[in-house]
Amino acid sequence: MIEARGLTKDYGPKRAVDDLTFTVKPGVVTGFLGPNGSGKSTTMRLALSLDGPTAGDVTVNGKHYRDHTAPLHEVGALLEARSVHTGRSAYNHLLALAQTHGIPRKRVDTLVDFVGLHDVARKRAGQFSLGMGQRLGIAAALLGDPATLLLDEPSNGLDPEGIHWIRNLLRSLAAEGRTVFVSSHLMSEMALTADHVIVIGRGKLIADMSVDEFVRMASGNAVRVRSPQAVKLSELVAGDGVIVASPEPGTLEIRGSTAEKIGETAAAHGIVLHELAGVQASLEEAFMELTRGEVEYKSGEEIAA
Amino acid sequence: MSTAAPAVGIPALASKGRVTQLRVAVSEWTKLHSLRSTRWSLVVAVILTIGLPCLFAAILSSRWGHLSPGERADHMRHPLEVATAGVNLSQLAIAVLGVLVITGEYSTGMIRSTFIAVPKRLPVLWAKTGVYALVVAALMVPSVLIGYFTSQAILNRHHILQVSLSHHGVARAVLGGALFLVLTGVFALGIGAIVRNTAGGIATFAAIFFVIPPLMNILPTSWNNAISQYLPSNAGRSVFALTHDAHSLRPLPGILLFAGYCAVALAIAAVLLVRRDT
Repeated sequence: MIEARGLTKDYGPKRAVDDLTFTVKPGVVTGFLGPNGSGKSTTMRLALSLDGPTAGDVTVNGKHYRDHTAPLHEVGALLEARSVHTGRSAYNHLLALAQTHGIPRKRVDTLVDFVGLHDVARKRAGQFSLGMGQRLGIAAALLGDPATLLLDEPSNGLDPEGIHWIRNLLRSLAAEGRTVFVSSHLMSEMALTADHVIVIGRGKLIADMSVDEFVRMASGNAVRVRSPQAVKLSELVAGDGVIVASPEPGTLEIRGSTAEKIGETAAAHGIVLHELAGVQASLEEAFMELTRGEVEYKSGEEIAA
Repeated sequence: MSTAAPAVGIPALASKGRVTQLRVAVSEWTKLHSLRSTRWSLVVAVILTIGLPCLFAAILSSRWGHLSPGERADHMRHPLEVATAGVNLSQLAIAVLGVLVITGEYSTGMIRSTFIAVPKRLPVLWAKTGVYALVVAALMVPSVLIGYFTSQAILNRHHILQVSLSHHGVARAVLGGALFLVLTGVFALGIGAIVRNTAGGIATFAAIFFVIPPLMNILPTSWNNAISQYLPSNAGRSVFALTHDAHSLRPLPGILLFAGYCAVALAIAAVLLVRRDT
């Protein structure tokens, strides 16, 4: 369980996180989405007490992270930025972290094998590829068998097989009842992995809802209709908050109404329908739709600066 | 990376313990000895501490017959300077490693992993300091003794500059060299924790130890005499000097003052460590 209340963080004059309030619940994978620079990594650093908030508060499993007496058993974290000494072997890196909690060496061996780093565990971490570095970070996150996982862009640098692996891993961790909070800028990836999404843009909360709701909200209840009498139908249903678009002749995309209403109107006027279906935007489209304003505003600001 | 790991079935952890100061110290010991830079710096420090006295003793022995009476008298007034010659150079290796122990974590990002494991942070500073001080002591106490005995053995063949360990102040000065190196390591670590940057940390240490003391010569003599003895390096060195003039601190006040500087550096580091963002 992660709870943020009015969480705000300024770096100098720049507000990186702006009054965020959300709760990440156990048992599901919660995606944390936002364009680059929207404050995802900062939020994670605040949750891990690496940085202190300017205002507001964030707790993990009911406490500030810093107040946990056995933090690695409470929270497993993978940060986006590299957080491994390049001169130390993967095995010794994990061992040093394990020793702070008295976690036995056997556990380190288990996790090295689990993430598939057995053959390179004695190599210096500085020689690792990005994908190997991610696997090492995931091993570190799972070391303490934590109830909550905070993973910043875990699929970064992984090959397709690795991405498939991490997707299944996240889902199984959530299925075991753990809290899984995972940031990503890959919407398609989150569509396959997450049950719930928290979307931020320029540090502000944009959406906090299930993936299904998120897609439905962003796509705005579009209904797709094919009819030989499309023009007549569009005249009948248009107006009063209903917007009709015609992407191609004979096809309508109607927003602000429902398939039931449109079907009844058509029947009442004897209009033939070849297709009547709700259209769902992909998560990618929904995300672009939602954050468009934020991204454009940012680009404009950069040009002005 | 050839094997694909299974996606499910991470075994649960049977017993879960808390973070303790001792466990953090064990972790810091693992971190310290698992880096090549540590091993090399310490090997260099040991070689310098033992090797330089032997080298100086050998050179002095062979040149003794050619020295003027004045030069001989000069050496005989400070007979122990041969045995402690290595300390002045190995302090640089000890200080650089002391800075690196903490700044190496900042430059690589390791500090984030460290503070995620130990979010209270202060146990990390105490553990790093304690482990490093113990390692330096464990290596340098034997090194200064070996440096003393071998250099004395070399000089003994020519029956020159003999100083017995039982002679007043000799044991204190020889072992004081090791104590000075331990505290130098601690002081450098404190500076590293404050500055958080390897180049900056080493530069700050060098400024305090090697740049500021000679600059004091610019001051009027009376000021220089009054101030210089209280500088960290000069205060610390009094513990491994056999003789003390009117303008240098006695061994005990000197080393206590140097320990005080270390405590101040660590205290500033501790306050900043807890307050600053990572």
